[in-house]
Amino acid sequence: MAHKSNYKPNTGFEKWMDERLPIIRLGYDSFVDFPSPKNLNYWWTFGAILAIFLVIQIVTGVVLAMSYTPHVDLAFNSVEHIRRDVNWGRYIQSAHANGASFFFFAVYVHIFRGLYYGSYKAPREVLWILGVTIFLLMMATAFMGYVLPWGQMSFWAATVITNFFSAIPVVGDSIKTLLVGGFAVDNPTLNRFFSLHYLLPFMIAGVVGLHIWALHVPGNGNPTGVEVKSKADTVPFHPYLTMKDLFAVLVIMIPFAWFVFFAPDILGHPDNYIPANPLVTPPHIVPEWYFLPFYAILRAIDFNVGPIDSKLGGVIMMFASIVVWFFVPWLDRSKVRSGAFRPMFKWFYWLWVVSFVALTYLGAQPAEGVYLFFAKLSTAYYFGYFLVILPFLPRIETTKPLPASISESVLAKSAPKAAE
Amino acid sequence: MKQFTKLISAVLLAASTLSAGSAIAAGGSDGPDPVLQEWSFAGIFGKYDKEQLQRGFQVFQEVCSACHAADLFSFRMLSKKGGTEYSEAQVKELAKQYDIVDLEVEDGTRPGIPADAWPNPYETPLDLQAANSPPDFSVLAKARNVPQKFPNWIGNYFTAYQEGGADYIYNLLVGYHDEAPHGEDIGDLYYNDHFPGHKIAMAPPLSDELVDYEGSAPETTEQYAKDIAAFMMWVAEPDMNSRKELGFRVLLFLILLTGMMYLVKRRLWKDVH
Amino acid sequence: MATQSTSEPNRRDFLYIATGAVGAVGVGAVAWPLVDQMNPDASTLALASIELDISSIEVGQSVTVKWRGKPVFVRRRTSSEIEEAKAVPLEDLKDPASDAERVKEGHEEWLVMIGVCTHLGCIPVGEAGDYKGWFCPCHGSHYDTAGRIRKGPAPENLIVPEYDFLSDTVIKIG
Repeated sequence: MAHKSNYKPNTGFEKWMDERLPIIRLGYDSFVDFPSPKNLNYWWTFGAILAIFLVIQIVTGVVLAMSYTPHVDLAFNSVEHIRRDVNWGRYIQSAHANGASFFFFAVYVHIFRGLYYGSYKAPREVLWILGVTIFLLMMATAFMGYVLPWGQMSFWAATVITNFFSAIPVVGDSIKTLLVGGFAVDNPTLNRFFSLHYLLPFMIAGVVGLHIWALHVPGNGNPTGVEVKSKADTVPFHPYLTMKDLFAVLVIMIPFAWFVFFAPDILGHPDNYIPANPLVTPPHIVPEWYFLPFYAILRAIDFNVGPIDSKLGGVIMMFASIVVWFFVPWLDRSKVRSGAFRPMFKWFYWLWVVSFVALTYLGAQPAEGVYLFFAKLSTAYYFGYFLVILPFLPRIETTKPLPASISESVLAKSAPKAAE
Repeated sequence: MKQFTKLISAVLLAASTLSAGSAIAAGGSDGPDPVLQEWSFAGIFGKYDKEQLQRGFQVFQEVCSACHAADLFSFRMLSKKGGTEYSEAQVKELAKQYDIVDLEVEDGTRPGIPADAWPNPYETPLDLQAANSPPDFSVLAKARNVPQKFPNWIGNYFTAYQEGGADYIYNLLVGYHDEAPHGEDIGDLYYNDHFPGHKIAMAPPLSDELVDYEGSAPETTEQYAKDIAAFMMWVAEPDMNSRKELGFRVLLFLILLTGMMYLVKRRLWKDVH
Repeated sequence: MATQSTSEPNRRDFLYIATGAVGAVGVGAVAWPLVDQMNPDASTLALASIELDISSIEVGQSVTVKWRGKPVFVRRRTSSEIEEAKAVPLEDLKDPASDAERVKEGHEEWLVMIGVCTHLGCIPVGEAGDYKGWFCPCHGSHYDTAGRIRKGPAPENLIVPEYDFLSDTVIKIG
């Protein structure tokens, strides 16, 4: 996009196509010839990993939809039918369920990379915002997908999450009734969640297209945070990064296969093997692990603030914990992009990661006693990082000197080696 | 890498503080902890034991199926590889002995065929409720687990521990007491060490010499409990043997391909580094 | 640009080709299950053959059973029906087949056919039509007492599925 196209059509067909719809040119410019910084580390492979998992989820999902029945009386048994009778069904279902977990694991690594290396800073703000949008779409997709097997957790998660909307003053109950399609979560809810769960991944794919386009305008960031200055700083995307990304994808396939074949249910909850029962609530309603940090924040607000009661307060803070990400490009006032050159920032950043992991753990514990205390503490730090530390730390921080260019930093790393 | 050491030590510090808290806050300390069993199908090399499954099926037929349905358990599963592995002829004979509700047939019932599911002991949902709603066996072994303290469950990811349901069922079946520990009156219910809340509506279903085993397996409550738990795990996960076998081949293939890909990447990047 | 010695290309190319080949095997191994899952599943295949107790069917009586989602006519023919069927010369038949070819040896009373008209798939009516066999009301195909097409647009005789007598009173279809 932002670099001059060097594509030269070779065959007659390519010339013909180029004059009518230059899609081969687009592919060549974006994924073959595209100049990428030559100092990218493995944290940069998670974009490709995410793309592969999106494809895996869509392909396995479409296949599962061939055998799944979205009706409250038939859904649970149709999923078991897939596991038992459909050829290879056990593995396709397991890949889809565990694929969702891997998709979220990869997206958290990808986001944490962005937060550490300042990938969200100008001129990549829109890229970052598109990314947060993708994350929100992923959360909606995953939530609706989890409802489809119609187990106890499916049903009660749907009930809890749709109840959030009733916390909105004045219009809350009407909105909730509109979403649910009845007085309580029931067949209309399941059917529409199936329709939307099928739709949203294709919207995600569309926003991913925009995300890659927004990336290709300025080009990739890199670990030094120093922009590309000349061709000497770059390598063509193919074969250097295509092969490196492919290698990283294969590496992550190994733990993925471990889960799919040897521990397919370990990330799930046993209660979801109990068919949904609207008259019996499970003793502990817990979302899937990737929602736990936000669940912990929700339950940490157990006090009223003025006219805002704790239920509404919890919902607001839970949404705020993701909405705040949209503003990070403007909250972070450091002139230095990459955390690699910001010694004080590094401490606060890693403490933020610890608070995120802590919130994940706490989301699965009962919301009382020492757990509730730590959840409140972690929530306070989580918001403090974005609203206090990012804006004000640059005033007191001394950053390390930046290398003049990427090539210089790469050469500086290999200088101690005796090789020529 | 110093960053990572700091991160790991911070996480471990937080974790140990929290695990101390968990021991206090969790309710598992009133009553003995469940005793984890050794299962032939545990771990990545685990496989079902055909004889054990056959004994478990016998216990199911003679004891449990009086009250528990298994709507997703078809007769034809009994001749599949990796399970009880009866012959197709044996399964056909067995299925014939059961009456299957079929509304397309005169009288509304007919003898079973291998394609049929295990007949439900209850005619209507109200009958099920009247019997205190004993849960269906089809996936029950996957719908249960033993409580695991942090950080123990981290190891489970490496051992691929999926036997929590079987452990729970075994412990439940051998965890009955004649009386509540402090002698309090619990009405029509029975005291059990491992049932959440300790008061269970199911009377102790097993006792020594209840079922006649053909082979040399002991006819004790513990043995019956072990066998039925294994059987229930198989009903919930009939394909486990072939799943783990295929998993091995996939893992080995992936490790090989990843290794080759690594060499490709290194070869390519030699010029740049 | 680093210079490469001439011996390098052979080894380098071999690594790339070998990795590509192994990768292609992997892609195939992933693609096949995604296609094969559309093939009939285990519960469908379990009903691929059915057993039928024919002891209660009287002479001149037909029953229709469902097999692989389609109706199957099982008829116990009268002796006059059998004689009529045997008497038809093969040249008169659009789809020539002798009566013996339509039944099992030693069991010529029994006619087992898929009850789907070979024209466009409607279900013919039994004991009807000009040849006292079956008549398809959709487009007027007439079948005789051996289920063979005699008049009308159907191109073939009613299809006899794979079946066997497990005993004198039990047949297995499929």
